[in-house]
Amino acid sequence: MAGGIATSRSVRKPAPADIGRPTSEPAAVRWLLIGIAVLFLTLIVLLPLITVFVEGLKRGWEVYLSALIDPDAVSALKLTLLVAAIAVPLNTVFGIAASWLIAKFSFRGKSLLLSLIDLPFSVSPVIAGFMFLLLFGAQGYLGPWLDERGLQVVFAPPGIVLATMFVTFPFVARELIPLMQAQGIQEEEAAATLGAKGFRIFWSVTLPNIKWGLLYGLVLCNARAMGEFGAVSVVSGHIRGETNTLPLHVEILYNEYQFSASFAAASLLMLLALLTLGAKSLVEWKTAQRNQDLEG
Amino acid sequence: MSKRNSLSKWPVLLLTASLALGLTACGSGNNAANSAGSGGAANAPAENTAANAGATEAPAPKDPVELLNVSYDPTRELYVSFNAAFAKYWKDKTGQEVTVKQSHGGSGKQSLSVIGGLKADVVTLALGYDIDAIAEKGLLNKDWKGKFEDNSAPYTSTIVFLVRKGNPKGIKDWSDLVKDGVQVITPNPKTSGGARWNYLAAWGYAQKQDGGDEAKTKEFIKKLFQNVPVLDSGARGSTTTFTERGIGDVLLAWENEAFLSQKELGDKFEIVYPSLSILAEPPVAVVDKVVDSKGTREVAEEYLKYLYTDEGQKIAADNFYRPINPDIAAQYKDTFKDLELLQIDKDFGGWAEAQKKHFADGGTFDEIYTPGSK
Repeated sequence: MAGGIATSRSVRKPAPADIGRPTSEPAAVRWLLIGIAVLFLTLIVLLPLITVFVEGLKRGWEVYLSALIDPDAVSALKLTLLVAAIAVPLNTVFGIAASWLIAKFSFRGKSLLLSLIDLPFSVSPVIAGFMFLLLFGAQGYLGPWLDERGLQVVFAPPGIVLATMFVTFPFVARELIPLMQAQGIQEEEAAATLGAKGFRIFWSVTLPNIKWGLLYGLVLCNARAMGEFGAVSVVSGHIRGETNTLPLHVEILYNEYQFSASFAAASLLMLLALLTLGAKSLVEWKTAQRNQDLEG
Repeated sequence: MSKRNSLSKWPVLLLTASLALGLTACGSGNNAANSAGSGGAANAPAENTAANAGATEAPAPKDPVELLNVSYDPTRELYVSFNAAFAKYWKDKTGQEVTVKQSHGGSGKQSLSVIGGLKADVVTLALGYDIDAIAEKGLLNKDWKGKFEDNSAPYTSTIVFLVRKGNPKGIKDWSDLVKDGVQVITPNPKTSGGARWNYLAAWGYAQKQDGGDEAKTKEFIKKLFQNVPVLDSGARGSTTTFTERGIGDVLLAWENEAFLSQKELGDKFEIVYPSLSILAEPPVAVVDKVVDSKGTREVAEEYLKYLYTDEGQKIAADNFYRPINPDIAAQYKDTFKDLELLQIDKDFGGWAEAQKKHFADGGTFDEIYTPGSK
């Protein structure tokens, strides 16, 4: 590569400026386009983001901190993390299993399975919530049976976990399927001819290949699990300090005229999102590095 | 051959593994619910104490108890203060710790949640009909109204207008709401208790003006709702629409909600009392089925009775609900203006009839309101 550049330089010495400029548009057009993009990003993403922190801190650090250590806020944070801690691993296991099945095997009903996996993407979260209410609510199909056994699903954490799982169901699988399909099954076949058993094949051949895609799926799944509002709102019952997740807590505070506290809680959610984004960037960077290593 | 076999076993195994994991997680989820005290506490007291760190000192006189009060939208602040006062009272009286959890939303929606399995020990809703609906499903006695004094309504309220400072549109009475160019904010009568009181107050006013000509009354209400740009699902949503988003010229609000927005948001708003309004009696009830299964009947009943004490009445009045105790009401007579009030039982034949006539499917509200019509 380095050699290539050196040659081209020596050949086209009279116009060195051309080399650094891949496009031929005049500077004004380029700056206009860049300006529009930056303006758009600022208006749509950056400004609202900053607003959250500014509003949260409007009444000073004390109000901000007291909003964060408020028992209801702490319990909302705990519930949000608990829900993500249950929903994300389960959906990961399922996602790997499903994408393995879909990418590496052909069978009848494969496209039906694919559509089923996509279903949560196309169903509105509110409807997802109502589905669980109809199923597990006291007037629902399974409600009376559960009630006799003293089990509470909706208006309690299990219902919130179920609703979150439903909504975040496709993220890992949808990330892995195209990747696994592109990779094909040759490597697994080679491993099998060398006498490797199923789990060994998965562990030493398939998993290393999908590692980064899987992480990316995980990150997306987690972000959605922590931020889900609609489906959770329906099955939560809004009991403070008990079945309120962080997004619901933010709404409640806002409705109580506690705007600073509400934005403080929102900024907490935002921090979780930023952490997730950071993790995502790290994964992307690693992937890019790995691809470069492969090409080099 | 062997290659295909070893590969094809795997998806099955993985799926089984994920299922097994799923079951374990569900199990732990259920435990969490139990320890939180919301679900099925009756069947598993042992599990409860084991999982609940706070409850482990079993030999103490009485285990801490938790109540869930499912309420409607504008009572948030009222019950925050009231719960604290009651917890203190109960602790002094019995030595038992009591925590009252709150859940708020549109009255009709909250009633549906309780019917759907939300384990409320007590319900404190915007109108009797929403509690009747719960009684209908057998969760509490149908004669719940007779259980506490004054039709089980420990405080009352009414419907007033909240307008922007200086009252730029000059809104004085219901008749000003149907004028062209006036935007009225009210929640949806299908989901909000407050909105149903709004609707009936407007109906009562129109009926009086028109001398009982129902066609004219409907025309009036129809015009009024043509002036409504957004129908929120609960009273608090409407208040934020009016105060925060700045939509509309007049908010039809609970008197307490109007006072509260003035208190919270400064004097950007003025309260206007119409010539006629309605006496709103937000009732309270113990949900028999839940308290009996949780064993919380005694404390739940005491909780509601405490609303009738001088202390409870004062807390209600401080949160802008009209106290029913005449002595306490006299102390607050500067806050609450006297005005002519319609009564649901006398003027509308009770909630069951009002609900059927106006708000059930095919009622007058469905007749006059078509979404998006202008």
